[in-house]
Amino acid sequence: MSTTQLGMPTIGVPRKGFFTDTSLCIGCKACEVACKEWNQIPADTSLKLTGESFDNTSSLGADTWRHVAFIEQKVPATDPSAHDGVKWLMSSDVCKHCTHAACLDVCPTGALFRTEHGTVVVQQDVCNGCGYCVSACPYGVIDQRKEDGRVFKCTMCYDRLGAGEEPACAKACPTKSIQYGELDELRERADARLEELHERGEEGAQLYGRDPEDGVGGDGAFFLLLDEPETYGLPPDPIVTTRDLPAMWKRAAGAAASLLAGAALVFWGARK
Amino acid sequence: MSPRRGRTEEFTSYYGRPILKEPTWQALDIAGYIFAGGLAGASSILAAGAQHTDRPGLERSAKLTALAAISASVVALVHDLGRPERFVNMLRVAKPTSPMSVGSWILSAYGPLAGATAAANVLGIFPRAGKAAGIGAGITGSAVATYTAVLLADTAVPTWHDAHERLPFVFASSAAASAGGLAAALAPIAQGQPARRMAIGGAAAEIALSVAVERSGNLSAETLHEGRAGVLLRLSKAFTVGGAVGLALGGRSSRGVSTLSGLAVAAGSALLRFGFFEAGRASTRDPKYVVVPQRERLAARQEAAVGADTMG
Repeated sequence: MSTTQLGMPTIGVPRKGFFTDTSLCIGCKACEVACKEWNQIPADTSLKLTGESFDNTSSLGADTWRHVAFIEQKVPATDPSAHDGVKWLMSSDVCKHCTHAACLDVCPTGALFRTEHGTVVVQQDVCNGCGYCVSACPYGVIDQRKEDGRVFKCTMCYDRLGAGEEPACAKACPTKSIQYGELDELRERADARLEELHERGEEGAQLYGRDPEDGVGGDGAFFLLLDEPETYGLPPDPIVTTRDLPAMWKRAAGAAASLLAGAALVFWGARK
Repeated sequence: MSPRRGRTEEFTSYYGRPILKEPTWQALDIAGYIFAGGLAGASSILAAGAQHTDRPGLERSAKLTALAAISASVVALVHDLGRPERFVNMLRVAKPTSPMSVGSWILSAYGPLAGATAAANVLGIFPRAGKAAGIGAGITGSAVATYTAVLLADTAVPTWHDAHERLPFVFASSAAASAGGLAAALAPIAQGQPARRMAIGGAAAEIALSVAVERSGNLSAETLHEGRAGVLLRLSKAFTVGGAVGLALGGRSSRGVSTLSGLAVAAGSALLRFGFFEAGRASTRDPKYVVVPQRERLAARQEAAVGADTMG
C-alpha cells in the first residue's frame, strides 16, 4: 500500500482533471472571474496594483482559486539594427488535485477528502482551521481565510461536476487553454499537442504534472508550459512529504526510546 | 560553518515571489506548544523515575510541572485553530498519515494520565493507581516530546523537512534539558541529582544535534543562521551552555546557582524551538529554498539516467 493515505483509490468512474495549455492562454482572466462568481469567493477589496505586470492577484490563495500569471520576456533581435522583441508568457494556475495529496494526508479532521471524481475538496463544515494543509502543500495552493479561520481552495467546481457540467473556469475560457475532461484522455491530448509544438520549434514547451511517476504521483490538473516551471512560480520537482513519513515515525520512535533510556541512566547510581 | 553558507545561487522565480505559503501558525502558540509539550513529556519521565527511587520532592515538582505545561500547551493548540470551537473535530478520525491527528490521540492519552498522577500525588489519594498513572504518563510522555518533530518535518517547509532525520533527536534532547533544568530549579537540591544530570546530558545532546542540523549542508540550513532565527538560536546556545556549566559546577552546593542555571537551560530549550520555528517560516518566504534544491535533484536524476543509458 502507498505510504500516503490511500493514494488514488479506485473511484469507479474515470478520474477527472484539468489540462491547462498555456500556449493558448491570452491572459484575459475570464477564468479568475468565472471562478469567483460561481464559487461566490469574496472579493479582494484591497484593489492593490503590483506595478510589475498585469497580474494583480499575485498568487493562488484562499480567495483566488485560478490565478493568471504574466511573464514578459525579452527576445534578442537577430538583426543588430533592429530593436529587441518582447514575448509574453501567460498561464492560468490552479490547485493540482495531486494523486498523492499532502494536504489530504495531513488533515487531522478528515475535512479534506478525495471525491468520486478523483479531485481533492475541503468540507467546510468540518475544517477547524488548524492550518496543517497550508504548510504541507508543496505548491503553496491552499490557504487560510484570516477573517473566517478555515482553509479554502479550488474544488474543481465539485457541485458542477456532480451535475455533469464542466468547471466554471473551463467553461469561460475563450481559447480552450483550460480543458476539462477525463484525465487519461487529457494526457493523450497533451502529448499530441506537445509533439506539435516541438515540431513548430517551440523548444521550451514541456508538460508539467503529467508524469504519474513524479513526486506527487502526477497531478489531476496538469499544464503545458513554454518555459521552466519556476518561471511561472511553480516548484520544479515537488514531492509529497508524507512519502518520508514511515521513516520519520521510526526516527521519532528511536528518539522517544533514547529519551526513556537516557532518563533511566540519570537515576543510575544517583546519590540521595 | 556550513559549506553552503554565503553561496549565491542563480535561479529563476516569478517576480521573486514565494512559491510556498508561510505557515499560518503563530510562534507563541506552536513553538510555545512544542516547548511546553517537550517539557511536560520529559518531566513525566523524570517524575516516574523519582517515584520509584523515593525522591518525593522531585516527584511532586516534576508531576506539577508536567501538568502545568501540558495544560498550557493544550490551550495554545486550541487557541491557534482558525475555528477553536471545532477543536474536537481532531478526534473524529484517527489518521496515521497526519502527525497532527496522531498527536491529538497521544495528547488525549497523555493528558489525563499526567493529570491523574499529579492529582493523586498532591491529594494523597489512590497511591498505587497514581503511581501506575505516573508510569503511563512517562511512557506516553516520551511520544509527546518527540512527535512534534514529525509534525514540523512532514511539511513542504524546506528547513523543517530537510531536518527530518535529526529533528526528533534534537527535540527529545531539548525536552530532557528543559525538564531537567526546571526540576533542578524547583526540587530540593538533595534529591535533584537526576534532574541536574538530565539537564546537563540533555543540554549537551541538544547542542551537538542542533549544530549537526545547522551544518547539514542543506541550502535551507542557512535560515538557521540568519535573521531572527539566527539570533534566537545563538541565544539558545548561550543559555543552554551557561546553564549546564552552572549546574555542573554549583548545582549541588548552591540553591541559587541550581535555580538560575536550571531556568537558563530551560530557557535555552524554549529558544531552540522558537529558533527552528522562525527558520522554517523564513525558508517559505524565499523561493530560492524551493527552486535551487529541486533543480539540483532534477539534474542529479537526469545525470543518473544518462549514466544508466551509456552503461546500457
